[in-house]
Amino acid sequence: MTTIESYKTKSGVGVSAQRPDAVPKATGKFSFSSDLSSHNMLWGQTLRSPLPSARIKSIDFSEALAISGVHAILTANDVPGKNLFGLEHPDQPVLADDLIRYAGEPIALVAAEHPEIAANAINAIHVTFEELTPLTDAESAITADPIHPEGNVIRHLKIDHGDPSVTGDLVIEGTYEVGMQDQAFMGTESGMAVPSPDGSVDLYISTQWLHSDQNQIIEALDLPEDMVRLTLAGVGGAFGGREDVSMHVHLCMLALHTGRPVKMIYDRNESFLGHVHRHPAKIWYRHHATEDGQIVKVEGKIILDGGAYASTTSAALANACCFSTGPYRVPNAQIEGWGVRTNNPPCGAMRGFGNVQTCFAIEAQMDKVAKALGIDPVELRLINALEQGDTIITGQKITGAAPVKEVISSLADHPMPGPAENNLLARPGGTGRTTDQKHIKRGVGFAVSIKNLMFAEGFDDSSEALCQVEDGNVAIHTACVEVGQGFITLIHQIAEEVLGTSDITIIPADTSIGSAGSTSASRQTWMSGGAVLKACEAVVVKLIEQIFEDEGVKYENFNGTLVSEDGTKTIPVSEALKGRSFHEKIVHRHAPTFPLNNKGQGDAHVSFAFAAHRAVVDVDQELGLVRIIEIATSQDVGRILNPLQAVGQIEGGITQGLGLAVLEELVMKNGVIQNANFTDYLLPTALDTPPIEIAALIEEPEPGAPFGAKGIGEPPTISSTPAVVAAIRDATGIDLRRVPVRPEDIALE
Amino acid sequence: MPNDEQPHLNVNGKRLTIQKSWFGESLLFTLRERLGLYGSKNACEQGECGSCSIMLDETLVCACLVLTGSATGRDIKTIESLAPEGSLSTIQQAFIDTGAIQCGFCTPGLLITIKDFLDENTDPTELEIREAISGNLCRCTGYGRIVEAVRIASKTHDESQGAS
Repeated sequence: MTTIESYKTKSGVGVSAQRPDAVPKATGKFSFSSDLSSHNMLWGQTLRSPLPSARIKSIDFSEALAISGVHAILTANDVPGKNLFGLEHPDQPVLADDLIRYAGEPIALVAAEHPEIAANAINAIHVTFEELTPLTDAESAITADPIHPEGNVIRHLKIDHGDPSVTGDLVIEGTYEVGMQDQAFMGTESGMAVPSPDGSVDLYISTQWLHSDQNQIIEALDLPEDMVRLTLAGVGGAFGGREDVSMHVHLCMLALHTGRPVKMIYDRNESFLGHVHRHPAKIWYRHHATEDGQIVKVEGKIILDGGAYASTTSAALANACCFSTGPYRVPNAQIEGWGVRTNNPPCGAMRGFGNVQTCFAIEAQMDKVAKALGIDPVELRLINALEQGDTIITGQKITGAAPVKEVISSLADHPMPGPAENNLLARPGGTGRTTDQKHIKRGVGFAVSIKNLMFAEGFDDSSEALCQVEDGNVAIHTACVEVGQGFITLIHQIAEEVLGTSDITIIPADTSIGSAGSTSASRQTWMSGGAVLKACEAVVVKLIEQIFEDEGVKYENFNGTLVSEDGTKTIPVSEALKGRSFHEKIVHRHAPTFPLNNKGQGDAHVSFAFAAHRAVVDVDQELGLVRIIEIATSQDVGRILNPLQAVGQIEGGITQGLGLAVLEELVMKNGVIQNANFTDYLLPTALDTPPIEIAALIEEPEPGAPFGAKGIGEPPTISSTPAVVAAIRDATGIDLRRVPVRPEDIALE
Repeated sequence: MPNDEQPHLNVNGKRLTIQKSWFGESLLFTLRERLGLYGSKNACEQGECGSCSIMLDETLVCACLVLTGSATGRDIKTIESLAPEGSLSTIQQAFIDTGAIQCGFCTPGLLITIKDFLDENTDPTELEIREAISGNLCRCTGYGRIVEAVRIASKTHDESQGAS
């Protein structure tokens, strides 16, 4: 019989298949959520609070409503259902009705004929506030008077693992801080709501999770599920920032009130106010190690500032705590974490979700331990690296692939970059600064990370897919959101793999099919990829049954080619499908997870992925300027499904990590963001970003994962940040305890 | 407030009269919302991100910073004119082949910028490429594949193609 390999296709899983949306995106024809338009359309805008903490005394919109071309002004009184929403649980008003809890909180909505009329109307709404003192310090918030009926502590989590009395030969203590990073996706929040005469509404929106949005919208609108239909509109990046509801309910309210389609586009300033950010963190650690470099105990306290509302603070805190000792074998740990409410902007999901904050601090601690013991930092990490079969501090045994040592060693073996080009552009600060070549010092930093894949702690995590064949034509439907990561490419590759054809139709993601869960937590390849795989396989099973009934010959499927039992006949699945119709819809789940108990112990996670990063920097210490020369990486990927897209995720994720290391921070003053624009919020440009070297992608297939593939989106963002900071420490000798590292942190030290 | 004058623009070779525009309207708004040319993007609308890059006469500009009224009579080339319908320029093809496109929101602005750059510099170094595109923010790719696309396109770029 012919081997399976000979049926391997050139566009199935494992090859760099082309994105199906590449041509429309390259020609400007791809329709993003901000590109929607409709006959008779109105423009919506939002009035937001300039104050972080206040009581609304009165709202007078009579002058605004009198402006010609203004069709509606809505406030909290107009919310038809519950004036609350929230991703994990509803605790946030759709429109503020009494108290303002953060600067940027929505108060009123306008629909008008032209954006300029809408802006004039916003300016003509007069709100009288009683200003209150904002609570802006996360640590004080634990014991301060509550700013919300649910109290200030969103979650308090303790992990008590092993023997608390153990002490090390060496004890290293450190306190660290992480500033507020923003997802800063390019396409701002935008969408359009279209009302129907029967009182229902269609919402076209950029999001990460259509069904979570729908569940929150129907509660606020007091409408049944079938009266609020969501369809994905083109998404211009997400990175966690679209997991929460933003304008969704507002758009639907305006459309239902005016009876006309309403479009909204946040400008960049409003985008910064209108979505959650990465949690700022304060972290304290005490590491205990033996003289030969084994970490024997870690004590830690972690405070995440959740801002005014809960969003996903609870889950982010769980990640921060569960992985607070890094990808290392730590037999004893006492960790205590708090996710708290303050009058700062709400924080929630961003790529790396909770692991980013603690990884920065752990890796700094590891370097300090290595230095104190006189052990090479890479060697110290190898001594302590987790392996398959080891137990993490939540008592969970790692049953899947854990090639931590391979990731570390392959990266350490990768050649170092040479000296920087002798060109002003290549110096710290670039041409606009005055760095002198002789002041430049080079540094190298190394860091390793762990990330859990998919949702945790007992959440019923699922994705539904339909594979529909009509007269041989294949269509695949999921509610999985494409944010740019390339899931739609993967659908084609899976179809090719199973059905022998990538000539398929992808039915747009909407709420007419079951939930796919969120495009987050590095989960969609496993979850929706798994669902599409199973749905396609179910079609082939039915096909083989039908052929057997028709011809009495039993076939088996090898990568899209049917081979008869005796090996004498072959037929491509796509050929065999011609003239036939199937409708196979399945729900895919990963293995169940379980809640953490009161000691923070439990099998709360599905799978783990590991990555290592090595950064090389040039620093001008006098001016505090840093030039990142190169970032190299090795990553545990399970199996690569599309090499080009994998590289894209890795390079993009690392760039966000270096952004947090040296550039990106929402600067807060008394609860108000000081730099909510692209002039002052510094994103890495092509000149700030160095060449990224991939030393190795470790392919050790993950049991239980479709195709053995692990999610690869988040790990690049996690240890790249500490690697860069370690390199700056190496160049300067300064104990940098906060990210982003600012010029003054280097030059004024 | 509404503008009683009716600016006329030469967009992608067509002379168009803009009716019922507003004094404060940016060229980006006019292109997108009045002319339906949604390819120019609106990521920051303050000239920082380059997502709305177009050619105004022979100059690369951010359409968000140009008032429609001030563009009257001038030649405007947008992403929609980069290649004839149904075909791709070498730069567009290189973007697709190298994986330079993820969410794609920055792509049109980058393509206009790179076309303008390669018209002037046919054999750029990596640093020159990075500098040339440093006014265009991309949040997905980390620029590696984009730099690679420019390098490949520079080998085969033909100035006569598309917007310039």
